[in-house]
Amino acid sequence: MPDDVPTPAIRLRGVSKRFPGAAEDAVAAMDLDVDRGSIVALIGPSGCGKTTTLRMINRLIEPSAGTIEIEGRDVTNQPAMQLRRGIGYVIQQVGLFPHRTIGANIATVPRTLGWDKARIDERVHELAEVVGIDPSMLSRYPDELSGGQQQRVGVARALAADPPVLLMDEPFGAVDPIVRGRLQEELLDLQREVHKTIVLVTHDLDEAVKVADRIALLNVGGVVEQYASPDELLRAPANDFVEEFVGEDRSMRRLALATVGDLSFEPGPVIEVTADPAAGLAVIDQYRTDWLGLIDDEVFLGWVPRDQVVGRRSLAEAERYLPAAQVAPSSTLRSALEVIMTSRTSVAVINDGGRFRGTVTLERIRAGLAGELDGPAERAA
Amino acid sequence: MILLANPNPILRWSWIPQQWTDRIQPALLEHIQLTMLAVGFGFLLSAVLAGIALRYRWTVGPITLFAAFLYTIPSVAFFGVLRTTVLGLSIFTVLIPLTGFTILILVTNILDGFRSVPAAVREAADAMGLSPIRRLLTVEVPVAIPYMINGLRIATVTTVGLVTVAAIVGQGGLGALILDGLRRTFWTPLTIGSVLAIILALTFDLLFVLLRNWLTPWSRARRS
Repeated sequence: MPDDVPTPAIRLRGVSKRFPGAAEDAVAAMDLDVDRGSIVALIGPSGCGKTTTLRMINRLIEPSAGTIEIEGRDVTNQPAMQLRRGIGYVIQQVGLFPHRTIGANIATVPRTLGWDKARIDERVHELAEVVGIDPSMLSRYPDELSGGQQQRVGVARALAADPPVLLMDEPFGAVDPIVRGRLQEELLDLQREVHKTIVLVTHDLDEAVKVADRIALLNVGGVVEQYASPDELLRAPANDFVEEFVGEDRSMRRLALATVGDLSFEPGPVIEVTADPAAGLAVIDQYRTDWLGLIDDEVFLGWVPRDQVVGRRSLAEAERYLPAAQVAPSSTLRSALEVIMTSRTSVAVINDGGRFRGTVTLERIRAGLAGELDGPAERAA
Repeated sequence: MILLANPNPILRWSWIPQQWTDRIQPALLEHIQLTMLAVGFGFLLSAVLAGIALRYRWTVGPITLFAAFLYTIPSVAFFGVLRTTVLGLSIFTVLIPLTGFTILILVTNILDGFRSVPAAVREAADAMGLSPIRRLLTVEVPVAIPYMINGLRIATVTTVGLVTVAAIVGQGGLGALILDGLRRTFWTPLTIGSVLAIILALTFDLLFVLLRNWLTPWSRARRS
């Protein structure tokens, strides 16, 4: 690695683990770099060592060989307890302390670190707001909360002492799909605020694709088969194992991953409402379509069918159909596709908070998938 | 009318004020004392045994077996043997068996309490950098409290009953009244001894429930 590249936040070199009595390595000589402020998902079939790898980072499991560095510092160079107080940890079963109030649960690490009470109180309230827990819940007990709320508290507890690194082991595995989706969105929102270095174990490819900047796909025995951005993993699987793992519907998964904003915008068959109708006809012919979009400065006014343009003196007089089919730059290509399929014009208008930005067609989406799409990494940046 | 006419009623009320200071109150106090000492020692001993069992897993079997062995000794025989051989008429003659009988109940409940701590809670405690001793005292013990108190409830109610049996070796608290009533076929002391023993057991039980609710406000949330 060249010297001018900044050291990654987490660096694994030749890390392996063989459990006592096991014939094979659970993790075999793994190299992995996690960039500062990025989310990396570890994914793979059961027995691939993804959880073992995660737990070696905070030394809940001691590696058999190799080195793990966090911010350039070997994790074995400090007492495990001290190391762990500087690493957030979130698990599927949450593991909230049932005998402690929500507030006290969140305060666990600050209290261990000996913060004064006022500072702890302030931090607890701040975190409750960050993760969306009502302050009135702070005096309740974990059993009084829903699964989704408990997991939010789990995240708040992990973030309490503001650790630079957050480890998450199937954090959303125990909640129902609707709550899971919401928690994933919240994690991305949160990450835009807190910029942690996050390593997340999941068995859900959709989750990895949705939240991760990079995905490490592991095979049985802790072998990294591919370490790439979600889009690259789906677009260019490194080998048969990866291809089989990501499945035949990987193009569909990419649709859910990429947004309209990832496509290069093109105006489509539209024209200023003040333009000459003849020019309008020319646009219609150029795009080989039956519809002409009218814009007034940056506002999209509506669609006009071809026969309404023919013979008009002014385009403003033509009968317009309101553009029901609209998408935002932040819409996924999947939802854009849905809009296009149900639109009479087969075109979706990109409406960026009231400003017309261009149009999306089936062909644009297909061409986009054929090329390289920006993933959430680009969007978050 | 029938009750008044009966020379040996189930309860002769006038006997109570006559005998309160000399016999009833001392018997009651002795009963309370024996129960508390037996359960107290039993709990301390059980905590140590449970600690050993948790620290060295292989000892769980032997410790449980030992506690079960103590529990199976017929109480009358246990009291009697200690009375006639080694100890004579000492408080330990009854305290040792009474303590021994609580151990099986208390050890198993303490162990159940620690087993009730979810693995995820332990993992979270470790992952947040709690030291093992801090994890034990601030996480595992509090979570195990409802189980421990349930053990104490059963052990105490059982002990209140067993103390009456100890009367046969002359140290039985309220059991002395019961035995006296049986010997003389005079029902009043028997009735008073029995009723007070029942009230005492229920009172201890109630106190433990209150203690549990006070110590574990969080488990009310769980129960509801």
